[in-house]
Amino acid sequence: MYDVAIIGGGVVGGMLARELSRYQLSVVILEKEYDVAMGASKANSGIVHGGFDAKPDTLKARLNVRGCEMMPTVAAELGVPYRNNGSLVVAQDEESLAAVRELYQRGVENGVPAITVLDEAALRELAPAVKGIAALYAPSAGIVCPYTLTVAAIGNAMDNGVELRRGFGVDRIEKTTDGYVLYAAEDTVETRYVVNAAGVHADDIARLVRDDYFRITPRAGEYILLDKEAGCVVEQTVFGAPSKMGKGILVSPTTHGNLLLGPTATDIENKEDTATTYEGLQKVIGGANRMVEGVPVGKAITSFCGLRSTPDRYDFIIEPSPSNPHFLHLAGIESPGLSSSPAIAEYAVELLGQMGLALTKKTDFNPIRERVDAFRHLSDEEKNEIIRKDSRYGRIVCRCEQVTEGEIVAAIHRNPGATDTDGIKRRTRGGMGRCQGGFCQPVVAEILARELGIPLQQVTKSGGSSYLLTDKTK
Amino acid sequence: MKQVDLVIIGGGPAGMAAAVAARENGLEDILIIERDNALGGILRQCIHNGFGLHRFGEELTGPEYAARYETEVEALGIPYLLNTIVTAITPDRVVTAMNSEDGVFSVQAKAIVLAMGCRERSRGALNIPGNRPAGVYSAGAAQKFVNMKGYLPGRKVVILGSGDIGLIMARRMTLEGAEVQAVCEVMPYSGGLQRNIQQCLKDFDIPLYLSHTVTEIHGKERVTGVTVSKVDEQRRPVAGSEMYFACNTLLLSVGLIPENELTKGADIPLDPITGGALVDESRQTATEGIFACGNVLHVHDLVDYVSEEAALAGKAAADYVLAGAAGDSPRRVIAAGAVRYTVPQTIRRTDKDVTVYFRVGSPCTAATVRVTCGDVELLKKKKPKMAPGEMESVTLKADKLIACSGDITVSVEV
Ligand SMILES: Cc1cc2nc3c(=O)[nH]c(=O)nc-3n(C[C@H](O)[C@H](O)[C@H](O)COP(=O)(O)OP(=O)(O)OC[C@H]3O[C@@H](n4cnc5c(N)ncnc54)[C@H](O)[C@@H]3O)c2cc1C
Ligand SMILES: Cc1cc2nc3c(=O)[nH]c(=O)nc-3n(C[C@H](O)[C@H](O)[C@H](O)COP(=O)(O)OP(=O)(O)OC[C@H]3O[C@@H](n4cnc5c(N)ncnc54)[C@H](O)[C@@H]3O)c2cc1C
Repeated sequence: MYDVAIIGGGVVGGMLARELSRYQLSVVILEKEYDVAMGASKANSGIVHGGFDAKPDTLKARLNVRGCEMMPTVAAELGVPYRNNGSLVVAQDEESLAAVRELYQRGVENGVPAITVLDEAALRELAPAVKGIAALYAPSAGIVCPYTLTVAAIGNAMDNGVELRRGFGVDRIEKTTDGYVLYAAEDTVETRYVVNAAGVHADDIARLVRDDYFRITPRAGEYILLDKEAGCVVEQTVFGAPSKMGKGILVSPTTHGNLLLGPTATDIENKEDTATTYEGLQKVIGGANRMVEGVPVGKAITSFCGLRSTPDRYDFIIEPSPSNPHFLHLAGIESPGLSSSPAIAEYAVELLGQMGLALTKKTDFNPIRERVDAFRHLSDEEKNEIIRKDSRYGRIVCRCEQVTEGEIVAAIHRNPGATDTDGIKRRTRGGMGRCQGGFCQPVVAEILARELGIPLQQVTKSGGSSYLLTDKTK
Repeated sequence: MKQVDLVIIGGGPAGMAAAVAARENGLEDILIIERDNALGGILRQCIHNGFGLHRFGEELTGPEYAARYETEVEALGIPYLLNTIVTAITPDRVVTAMNSEDGVFSVQAKAIVLAMGCRERSRGALNIPGNRPAGVYSAGAAQKFVNMKGYLPGRKVVILGSGDIGLIMARRMTLEGAEVQAVCEVMPYSGGLQRNIQQCLKDFDIPLYLSHTVTEIHGKERVTGVTVSKVDEQRRPVAGSEMYFACNTLLLSVGLIPENELTKGADIPLDPITGGALVDESRQTATEGIFACGNVLHVHDLVDYVSEEAALAGKAAADYVLAGAAGDSPRRVIAAGAVRYTVPQTIRRTDKDVTVYFRVGSPCTAATVRVTCGDVELLKKKKPKMAPGEMESVTLKADKLIACSGDITVSVEV
């Protein structure tokens, strides 16, 4: 019997697990996929928003501003790349200028620090490539690597005693006298408290306990990621001002130095459909070009799509179930959910306490997780010291991102261990560079087979039946 | 810091031929650095034949061709490091590398030959919409799985791109029992060699769809099919022309890109069209003492020309170390008409004949190749047929080059 079972291994579930691991509790994360960070938390803009977007006096506004304030410390503790690069919302005509002024007002009301409206000259000076007549500048905004943050939060939680069960898709929930039994196809878990952090499926989970009072609609956002060579076109995150045309495409550097373009916004029906579309990608290219001069769209290295969990009310749905005791919903966590995630975790713990969960601090909680990419940031002398002890650090496997065998092996064995080539990619960047694994995937697959003790043919790209190889040759 | 006269980066056919030529021209102190666990470069996985017709007058397989050069490297006692990756070079020729025995180390070279080869363009560069399942490979990665690891990436295959590697893999996969349903090419012509279209597709009844591309990839975990559409002149998909192929594998052979990360890191100027360094006739880059040859300079279709070019670079590097810089100021070689690029892009010395290699941008028939210098015509020849997939060359006579001055224009008129 666990004290708390968290359904969903995204950034929301992960941050909460880490927060709960500060206390003397037994906690389990249940994730239906074969790895963590497989939902919205791996496919989003990675922006730590300043907090001017949400209407005042909403959870969104409050938790965003607080999350943005917490993020630098949390990212540093978890060894996750974060950069405080500031953001710009660009107005290109009078209509969008009015929208920028309104956002400024909201920002002031929400308590966003040092927010200003730049005129054309000031904008030009700060961001010469941006085409606009004015812009809202939020210097407190930043960028973070969202899947690294999720993996690190869950890894740190596990280092502090939290359990993770993968491939555990909750499909039935039974109420017992002192808690719940959660069922998956071939497994069950008993728990006293349940937290629903199932992202786009949060309404499906709620319905399993007859909470049928909210709906989540998946809203697809498509992106194009450009080569590092394109990374320096802009320094800040650049948003188009909201207009009749919608919210506009953003152009932003990523923490790894690539340039990200996107997202589109299209309501869809299938909650698993993360396919990109021809129209979507054209829209991304058009939008980026309209706003920033000289975006080298030809330098694309990959495109992807994430699904926002759009609720049927304006705000995040963060509240105890009205009809089920000890059951907490963290639902409808659309943007700025990533930015807010540390604050959502803090608030959720507060709510769980109010719901009766005993919160006694541990004395041995360790908030620190070593950077995954620690090796490449060392001096040559320090690298050589490590290579002398473990020669696998002297062998580069991914040439584009210069990832060594030592780092790949570490990613397989440290919490939460990678079990497929996409998992290696998200943890080490191996295979994420300009050749997208063309060279190194065969080698990474061999390392996985060796370290996991499985035949090469059983190695997958992303769990399930995503096998890389089908047969031996004749 | 360790000093070496000549460091050669890459131990493929280009690196090996450069090393051999440098030694034959009197240079003793040479070091080849190769990141793989053997010399031979990409040839190690090209087990088909068709190599060496020009160079050795016989048909060899890739590994056999590489072995000829390896034997020479060994016979001449040229030192090489394997499993060692060069991570950076500087314009004043400090080479930084890493391996598991020596860790990170640097070498001061008097000259460098860049011979890092090229890599394949990936799916991302094409922005193919759809899902991102397992089963999408570059043709070269598939070749490595099949020829070097003994595994088949899939059984029902569609190939996008009719470059030579795609064509070769169509045949290879078929011979291994896979069903290759189609090869699609976005251009109205194939970028591969004519002989490969015959021997790899026609002989096996594999259909080639010109002016077609993959417009969607289906399948959540593993590829389950692809949608192929016709494209218009602007290479935009034509609505209503979609065809669906059920398959579990998509191979991409959509172009090769010279691997010039190190070159860029040292601020050596590149040619935006070739993706390789700008060089003179000796294959010296615009940075003195740094030379480039093989696929890192421009993508070759035949390895024989790689060896030829590398010999030039190796000799020039030896001359540079032993005799110092060649002083003449460079004359530009300008591509005109249907010519897309030339290598070299400059000519410095005119005391010897210079061969200029070039490619046309699109197929042409009944063409005239003209080389001029101001009003002077240096050369004129007729070509019944030219295609982007086949590299062409013209040899400019030393006496004619000396007799004129200024930029030289290579043009193809149809
Ligand atoms: C296009 C896009 C752009 C965005 N940009 C930003 C941004 O720039 N800044 C920002 O702050 N926010 C942004 N967001 C929002 C942010 O990404 C999300 O708020 C955040 O990732 C939500 O995290 P989550 O853990 O709730 O959901 P998810 O990451 O989706 O995690 C939910 C998890 O639950 C699992 N699950 C579902 N059903 C079950 C089940 N039955 N049993 C077990 N497990 C289950 C899923 O597999 C998944 O792993 C963006 C979102 C999108 C889609
Ligand atoms: C799949 C395929 C099929 C082909 N088929 C034919 C054919 O049928 N007939 C034909 O004539 N030609 C063919 N070719 C062309 C021929 O193989 C190439 O032209 C030739 O191999 C290029 O030689 P290279 O030395 O320039 O490059 P490569 O062979 O690629 O060698 C480059 C070497 O440099 C090393 N290297 C790169 N970067 C570093 C670094 N930073 N540090 C250390 N080492 C480094 C690489 O590991 C590699 O060994 C084919 C090519 C390919 C890719």
